[in-house]
Amino acid sequence: MAKVIIPTPLRKFTENQSSIEASGNTVFEAISDIAGKFPDVKQHLFDSDGKLRNFIRIYVGDEDIKALNNENTSIENESVLSIVPAIAGGVE
Amino acid sequence: MTTVNFSKEELERYSRHLIIPEFNIEGQRKLKSTRVLVIGTGGLGAPLLQYLTAAGVGTIGLLDFDVVDVTNLQRQVLFSVSDVGKPKVEAAKERLQALNPHVEFEVHNTRLTSENALDIIREYDLVADGTDNFPTRYLVNDACVLLGKPNVYASIFRFEGQVSVFNYTDESGNTGPNYRDLFPEPPPPGLVPSCAEGGVIGVLPGIIGSLQASEVIKVITGLGETLSGRLFLFDALSFETRTFKVHKDDDNPLNGKNPTMTGLIDYQQFCGITDQKEGEADVKEITVEELYGLKQRHEDHQLIDVRESYEYEIANLGGELIPLSTVVEEVARVSSDKKVIVHCRSGKRSADAIKLLEDKYGFTNLYNLKGGILAYADDVDHSLAKY
Repeated sequence: MAKVIIPTPLRKFTENQSSIEASGNTVFEAISDIAGKFPDVKQHLFDSDGKLRNFIRIYVGDEDIKALNNENTSIENESVLSIVPAIAGGVE
Repeated sequence: MTTVNFSKEELERYSRHLIIPEFNIEGQRKLKSTRVLVIGTGGLGAPLLQYLTAAGVGTIGLLDFDVVDVTNLQRQVLFSVSDVGKPKVEAAKERLQALNPHVEFEVHNTRLTSENALDIIREYDLVADGTDNFPTRYLVNDACVLLGKPNVYASIFRFEGQVSVFNYTDESGNTGPNYRDLFPEPPPPGLVPSCAEGGVIGVLPGIIGSLQASEVIKVITGLGETLSGRLFLFDALSFETRTFKVHKDDDNPLNGKNPTMTGLIDYQQFCGITDQKEGEADVKEITVEELYGLKQRHEDHQLIDVRESYEYEIANLGGELIPLSTVVEEVARVSSDKKVIVHCRSGKRSADAIKLLEDKYGFTNLYNLKGGILAYADDVDHSLAKY
């Protein structure tokens, strides 16, 4: 099971869990596994065509999956995936 | 460039920089001859501005349109109680000038817009972005890329902060990625709440804004490895830090393989924000005075509060608490045979609740409290706490 770190803005959709063990051999399978367990999070990760949304980055370790094999990047049991969304706070 | 000299007072003041071998008087000269624009003088701006001022940056531009509010004082440590009601840039300048009289301050008491951004940013060597919304983030980024200025970026939400350096050109002339390489598009409005809606732990901007100041000083002096090409993340709750690689994106419309943007755009539209606040326009409304009248006359009505329980604790109007996220499952508690007034903090969530109930169940007796409990606190009951 790979570990997926959930960012603060999405934790309200994952019962406040900050990291989740997900099964799958690829990034897509792991993220889909999470979307299956927490259906509310799905629309924030995938668009209506099932593609990962543009304001979310996904990393395996410290590397962006766009520099690897995108959603098809293979992962292992000890992989750590990070979902990183845009946040905008600063002043107020 | 004219030679930068220091007075005896300055040499003494900056002596802890001057005795660092790799910093020395050359680093201090670079600071003094640099013009930095700090956009947003709030939570991130407070530590950022104090450290840049103390460090001896030559000229600092302060840009903000807001006035100091009492809810700012929990984290914006640049301000005091006596500053409440003053323009932030004026209050900040006064405090900072007292800290270091050798720094020049330029005040821009204005909102950064597509019309003024290029003219303002053009006058500076470097931008530090501590704004609080997506349209301004993209505006600052795009203006910096178009003008070739480095943009030291930081952002916070609740317990989490991000820092990076965008559009940084290194000694060999290679320019690193920018915000659009990281996030090509903003999230739809409402998905990621602002700190005003979502809250932020007061010390977080202190931590993240200090890291931002450190990166500004590194960019100016050329010391060490900046965060160009990397995104730093800090989670105060777990005390975990992570650093990710940021790559340039061939599809970047500003400076990718086939650039399509040659100027600034309408950033409100780009971020999906329409002038008319979504939902507020097409629901029936009631003013806070009308609600007060209803209560005084003991007219039969139901008052529903769609905020969260922790907000109810801060201040409430005695309404029935049905948070927006539970409205559908709690629909049986919503009366259909009398006037139902729905309220939230400012009127947005209650309008969403009404639209949802009207569309799904055909209610026709729902009224949105215009301006929410904030308006009630302003115009009817001054004893209510505003938040």
